[in-house]
Amino acid sequence: MEASCPAPEWNDILRQMIFIRRFEEATEREFRRGKIGGYLHVYSGQEAVASGILTAIKKGDVVFSGYRDHAHALALGAEPGRVMAELFGKGTGLSKGKGGSMHLFDAEHGFYGGYGIVGGHLTLAAGSAYALRYRETDQICVCYFGDGAMNIGSFHEALNMAGLWGKQGMCPMLLIIENNGYAMGTSVDRHSALTDLAARVRAYNIPAEKVDGQDVFAVRGAADRIVRQIRETGKPYCIEAVTYRFSGHGAADILQPYRTKDEVEQHKHRDPILILRKRLGEICGTTDDDVKKMDEWANAEVAKALQFAEESEAPEPSELFTDVVAEHGPVSVYENE
Amino acid sequence: MSEKSYRDAIRDAMMEEMDRDPNVLIMGEDIGVYEGTFRITAGMLKKYGPKRVIDTPIAEAGMAGTAVGMAMLGLRPIVEMMTMNFAIVAADQILNHAAKVRYFSGGQVDVPMVIRGPQGAGVQLSAQHSQTFEAFYGHFPGLAVVVPGTPADAKGMLKTAIRGKDPVIFLESAALYGMKGEVPDDPDFTVPFGVSRVAREGSDVTVVSYGRMLQLSLIVADKLSSEGIEAEVIDLRSMRPLDLDPVYESIAKTHRAVVVQEQWKPFGAGAEIAASIMENAFDELDAPVVRVTGEDVPMPYARNLELLATPHETHIVSAIRKVMYANG
Repeated sequence: MEASCPAPEWNDILRQMIFIRRFEEATEREFRRGKIGGYLHVYSGQEAVASGILTAIKKGDVVFSGYRDHAHALALGAEPGRVMAELFGKGTGLSKGKGGSMHLFDAEHGFYGGYGIVGGHLTLAAGSAYALRYRETDQICVCYFGDGAMNIGSFHEALNMAGLWGKQGMCPMLLIIENNGYAMGTSVDRHSALTDLAARVRAYNIPAEKVDGQDVFAVRGAADRIVRQIRETGKPYCIEAVTYRFSGHGAADILQPYRTKDEVEQHKHRDPILILRKRLGEICGTTDDDVKKMDEWANAEVAKALQFAEESEAPEPSELFTDVVAEHGPVSVYENE
Repeated sequence: MSEKSYRDAIRDAMMEEMDRDPNVLIMGEDIGVYEGTFRITAGMLKKYGPKRVIDTPIAEAGMAGTAVGMAMLGLRPIVEMMTMNFAIVAADQILNHAAKVRYFSGGQVDVPMVIRGPQGAGVQLSAQHSQTFEAFYGHFPGLAVVVPGTPADAKGMLKTAIRGKDPVIFLESAALYGMKGEVPDDPDFTVPFGVSRVAREGSDVTVVSYGRMLQLSLIVADKLSSEGIEAEVIDLRSMRPLDLDPVYESIAKTHRAVVVQEQWKPFGAGAEIAASIMENAFDELDAPVVRVTGEDVPMPYARNLELLATPHETHIVSAIRKVMYANG
């Protein structure tokens, strides 16, 4: 997409990124208040990677992610109240309160999860891409994963099969490496023998390019071009989005001994929201007042989501036993259809 | 009815379902051009083409995981594991993904997929190629786990698996592939999961088994009949869901039970079955339940050692005599 005005969509993207930031800040607060349990991995700092890609795809495309997944669900249009309710463990949550932060899921909006085992979902995404072509659609699959996912076996098995299937035009898959510099607390140079991550993807006959993941113009520009190409060819493609997470790995990562406060502060100068805001000021005349309104809107939306989550009921005890297998229990399900 | 081998029954089930439903496909290592290590898939590539009969790299996690993704989007993949031993490589995809995604998504997706392949002792295949997995998979909610012991059940249960909505672990026995039996010709013949059957009627002792050990149990039952001992043999067929009602009904008649499984005793299927009998039929028992199992060692290569490691007729005979307090 050209970085020019009039283009109201850029303001929408800025608004979405601000909303995701405010939403994540709220989840951190609610975690500390004990309203959110389990593990909580927030997305602050990486917003351009979610918004830049997911505004470039269309209805029917399917998206997979790891456990840092709130932003992906929200950017795809998941109801914020239901996302927050899921984090609160309420029956109105996206997954009826059975998944939590790591397992957001909203098939209606194309979000096929939220997975908690690093790298495991890459194989699922490759298979879903095959299915999309098998059924002769022009839909594509987008698969987000972190730099830390690139060292586990399922990454290599998935990419090799994606590369193979791509030769037949049977794997319309956009792989997004969210390279935030750390596999939990282990930096890329400490976890990857080759630190050029895009090069490692190319080894599987999948083209890969490095993009500034803090610059949503760059991300969206690459996405527009690459998504079109994947849709046309059925071949996988990879974007390595170089980004940074401002919060800890998870809500319990308070000391962060693997990086300095100074390092985090340095990266905050490249906050994707500030970068976009500045650019829009220059090219669209977006004013501080416009941004203030966006912020107020975002805060109000987050407050509504919190209220919805707070007022929702916990799942019915009977929900414990539903969704283990299809419908009415194992025996009847397997009888003749 | 036609006489079919266990192997052909499996192939017929897959091909009939592929004819019936274009969303059914199969993938695995050397299943296409090579036509399968055990020749289960012979002729399938030629008939259905490479889009539906997918030769994969040696990558079990890749196979199982891509099948989960396909299934979530409405296809019905069958994954052939060359042997189920190799499926351990795919444990994360099977146990953490296939078995869980329906639940943690709050029921937003079906996962209609089958992972099938041979398991158990062969002839001198040694430690990494001789294991059984019904107890391993049977432990996990979200999966169906079946262990057909006859050609008819192999066909009928595989069709049920392919037509279902959940991931199915379909455990075959390589030792049974050549076994023949009567199989219904009706293309809609299916066998439901979670319905055990009485494979042989008897009044003196209940023998509970499945898979290859079912056949061994039936041989023993026939032999003991000449001594005046009539064993009732129950074929569980399915580990998850597990139907033990016919076992309890049988024990109400015989008051004695032996459970036969092929491999290791600790935490095996026999333990689950014996414990369930304790919980549900304790008052009917006249003797403690006895388990017949393989020895608690990795499978050795040397033929004599291998034979010592696996259950044989004599083990079952001894167990039956024990629960009947009979000597000899």
